[in-house]
This record gives sequence, C-alpha cells and structure tokens, in this order.
Amino acid sequence: MTAVGDDRITTEPLAGSEGDIRSEPAPVPRPSDRGRRGFEAIGPPVILGALILGVWYFISYVVLREDRRFLLRAPHEVVNEGFLNGENFAELLGGLWSSTKVAFVGLVIAIIIGLVLATLMSQAKFIERAVFPYAVTLQAIPVLAIVPLIGFWFGFGFTARVIVCVIISLFPIIVNTLFGLQSVDKGMHDLFTLHHASRWTRLRKLTFPNALPAVFAGLRISAGLSVIGAIVGDFFFGQGESGIGQLISKYAGRLMGEQLLAAIILSSALGVIVFQFFGWLQNRVIGKWADSGKPT
Amino acid sequence: MSSVVSTSAGSVTGTLSFQGIGMTFPDGTEALRDVSFDVAPGEFITIVGPSGCGKSTLLKIASGLLDATSGAVQVNRERLGYVFQDATLLPWRTIRQNVELFAELNGVAKADRSTLAAEAIELVGLRGFEEHYPKALSGGMRMRASLARSLTLEPPVFLFDEPFGAVDEITREHLNDETQRLFKRKGFAGLFITHSISEAVFMSTKVLVMSNRPGRIVDSFDIPFDFPRKPDLRFDPEFARLSGEISLALRGAH
Repeated sequence: MTAVGDDRITTEPLAGSEGDIRSEPAPVPRPSDRGRRGFEAIGPPVILGALILGVWYFISYVVLREDRRFLLRAPHEVVNEGFLNGENFAELLGGLWSSTKVAFVGLVIAIIIGLVLATLMSQAKFIERAVFPYAVTLQAIPVLAIVPLIGFWFGFGFTARVIVCVIISLFPIIVNTLFGLQSVDKGMHDLFTLHHASRWTRLRKLTFPNALPAVFAGLRISAGLSVIGAIVGDFFFGQGESGIGQLISKYAGRLMGEQLLAAIILSSALGVIVFQFFGWLQNRVIGKWADSGKPT
Repeated sequence: MSSVVSTSAGSVTGTLSFQGIGMTFPDGTEALRDVSFDVAPGEFITIVGPSGCGKSTLLKIASGLLDATSGAVQVNRERLGYVFQDATLLPWRTIRQNVELFAELNGVAKADRSTLAAEAIELVGLRGFEEHYPKALSGGMRMRASLARSLTLEPPVFLFDEPFGAVDEITREHLNDETQRLFKRKGFAGLFITHSISEAVFMSTKVLVMSNRPGRIVDSFDIPFDFPRKPDLRFDPEFARLSGEISLALRGAH
C-alpha cells in the first residue's frame, strides 16, 4: 500500500489569492521515519502470521496423535508435498490455470451483462421495476442448489462452469452500477439541463463517469465471487478440464492432506490477486479524482 | 399553468424582467407571490430574505429550471450565467476541463474552448491550477472555478444563488471583492441571492428585501457607492447605516 501522503497534491498559494488553498505541509519522510512506517505496515500481519503458524504446528504435533496427523499436516509438509514436489505442483498449477480461465470468462460476461442491464434500468424506470426483483431472486438462489440443474442443461464442462460464475458474480455489478448511475448530484443534472444536453451526452459526460467509483466497488466484490464460482462449479462438474475444485474433491476423497491444504492456499491466493488487481486498476483509472475512502 | 409567458427569444439582450411571478408547488406550498422587478445591464441587484422564502426558486424560474405558476419572465437564456450554492464541479474533470464544460455542451470548437477557459481562469485568479482536480482545491477555489465556468459564456445576465454561503468570512470578503470587480469589468446584469446583509450592500447597486413565505418583495434600497468598491468601504458609516436599515426591514419581513 502507498505511504501516507504519496498521492496528495500539495499546492503553493498563489500570490494574490487569499490562501484558502488546502495546503498541508508536504510530509518529508525522514529515513528513520520511513523505516518505522514500514514496520507499522508489515509488522502486525507478520507477527499474527507467525502466531498462526505456531498454533498450526502445535495442533499438528501436540494435539493430534500420530495416526490422526493426516487431519492437519504441518506447514512444512504442505510446502514440501504441495509446492516443492514438481509433479504435484504441476497438477495444482494446471487446475489453477483452468479455474482462472473459467473465472475470467465468467467475470467478463457478468460485467458486460451487469453494465448493460444497469444502464437500461437507469434509463427507464419500468425496466428497473421489471428487472430488479429477478436480479434479487437470482442473488438469493443458493448456488449449490442450481449447480445440478445447470449441469443437466449445459453439460458438465466449461460452459456450465462459466454459467455458475456469471450467476454468482452478476448481482454486485448490477446493484453497484445502478447505484452509481442514479446517485448523480441534482445540481450537476441542472447544469446539463440548462445547456440542453441530449440524453446520450448526459450519459457519457455525467452519469457514466459519476458511476465509476461504484462500478469499481462492485467489480472488486464480483471478481472475488467469480473465483469462488469457478471453484464451486468445478467441484461439482466431473467432466472437462479439471480445475482446482476437482483437485480439492480428489485430494479430500483420498485423504491427501498436504495437497488439499496446498490447493486451498492457492485458491485463496488467486482470490487475493484478483481482488488486488482490481484495486490497482481502480486506482489507475479513478484514483486521481475520486475520494478514495481510505484516510490519506 | 395558465398564464406562463416565458419568452426567451425577442427580449432585449442583457435584461431580466419578472412580471407578477407566482409559484405554488404541487404539494400546495406557495413559494412566491406577485414578484415583479427588472434587472438592467449595469445593475447588480441582491435579494436578501429569510431562509426558505423562495429566493432560490426565483432564480430557478429565471433560468427555466422551473416554470412559474403565474406571471412571466423575460430573459435571453442563451448565455445565462448561473452559479449555485454548491460549486457543482465534476470531480472527474480537471479545473480546466470543468471550466470548458459549458462551451463544450454548446458545441464550441476545441481551440476556442481552451482560449475561453484560459481567459476565465485568469480572471478568477486560478492560473496554475488548471490541471488540478476539484478534490485538491479548497471550497473558495472551487467556487472561483464555478464562476469561471459561467464566465466562459460571456453572460449578459448572471444569476448567483447564494454562492459564498459555505465559505469562511475572510474568503467570502475576497470573493465579494472579486465579484464586484468582475461586474464592473463585464457590465452584466447581476441578480444575487444571499442572507448576508454586508455582502449584499458591498456588491449591489440595489438591495431587495423579500418576505417570509410566500416570498414577496417588501422593500428596496438603492446602494449609491461608486465602483470599483474598496474593501474598506465596509467600515464606512454610510455602509453601516444602510446595513442597519436593511437589517430592520428584514426583521419586519419575518
């Protein structure tokens, strides 16, 4: 994460202006200061991580008897078996790649459908009234319950996995985009009304840009969900390229504790990377002008 | 809706005329009753009145954002300057892009737009901040940008809807100085809304006092000071006397 004050614009008051500029003194980081801040940023999670590892070892070696140790393999065994064993690791990476493709395609489709639907809903009240209850219903369906149905209809391959992904990640995009499109300041609308802006001009120059921060908020949620969707779908669909869900199912069935944990770690790493990516993208696209929400 | 005769074409450029304006909202609230007055070029008229007396409604009617339920407005809305209580800058646009907005919406060519914007930015003292985003500026500076945006229209008529209500006293006085300088320089017909009496007296050629709802014009004061007005005019005994009279009239209006 960025250090405090990194993206702040500091301004020198112009001669003749009343000095009503919001000019905080530019923070000049001293070397010792920076070191301390670095520790404040990464110290706590590192300490907590070490504690968690400690508890993990404690459970593996002290709580569990030898014959039940397969329930929770020690961390170094997970690393050795899951990540350092070439064959196992290749299998894991293959599954991860397959699930990533599913999540990516599903997310792209969900983004397109979500943006189009939300835009239509924002332009005509009757479309919003017609669509919204079904969007909520779609969201309320437990994914596990319709996974078999999707399998019947679309087979048990790539398409079915992608559809699960779309269903699970669509709602946050619709809701957030719609909120963003509808939350334009009334005075700003008045500006465009006063100058006889067409509906299209208003949409392009006012409503869409105004919606961007909310769209990104939705994207970050949906991106995480699409990864979950890809893995859940994969878990249930036996055919096609096997993804990380299939591997999890296999490792669990064969009591391969090390690989199981490695698979779980990799799946969550994928979720974190996707989430961070959209955070980075958001910062690139709207960071310059949007209120970031985090204290600067 | 019977007798609305809002003419925008054919009226004399640079004048704004209210004739018997009445406004009753659909919920039955009567906001304005029989408001009539003119603002001619070279006049800067300020309306002072209690909160909620319908002052802003009058400007919305003048600009065409609202239609009066009775009476008529005469004004050329082609190049109407209009600043709101809030600066309403688009946060995703830099100051320069914000100032260019009206010219852009009116289809002015790109090169002309940037000339217009550069001049307006210079006039309000924002040079050097063209590429800043609104979030990096203070409230006073945002308001200057908002003024500049309207200045690009070269407005014959300029409406001000309590634009300096949210800034601190010192900034407000600076902005008052500059507004009356702009008025002196551009010679537009100005109509300003405020509840600050000293702001009204300092900038105006005439101050109108509006009553509580339904808003009516109940008193009128000519302000005789010459332009440009110096900041220390605020300490002039005549300034104090006029402010006192208006204050009394306002009390009566409640």
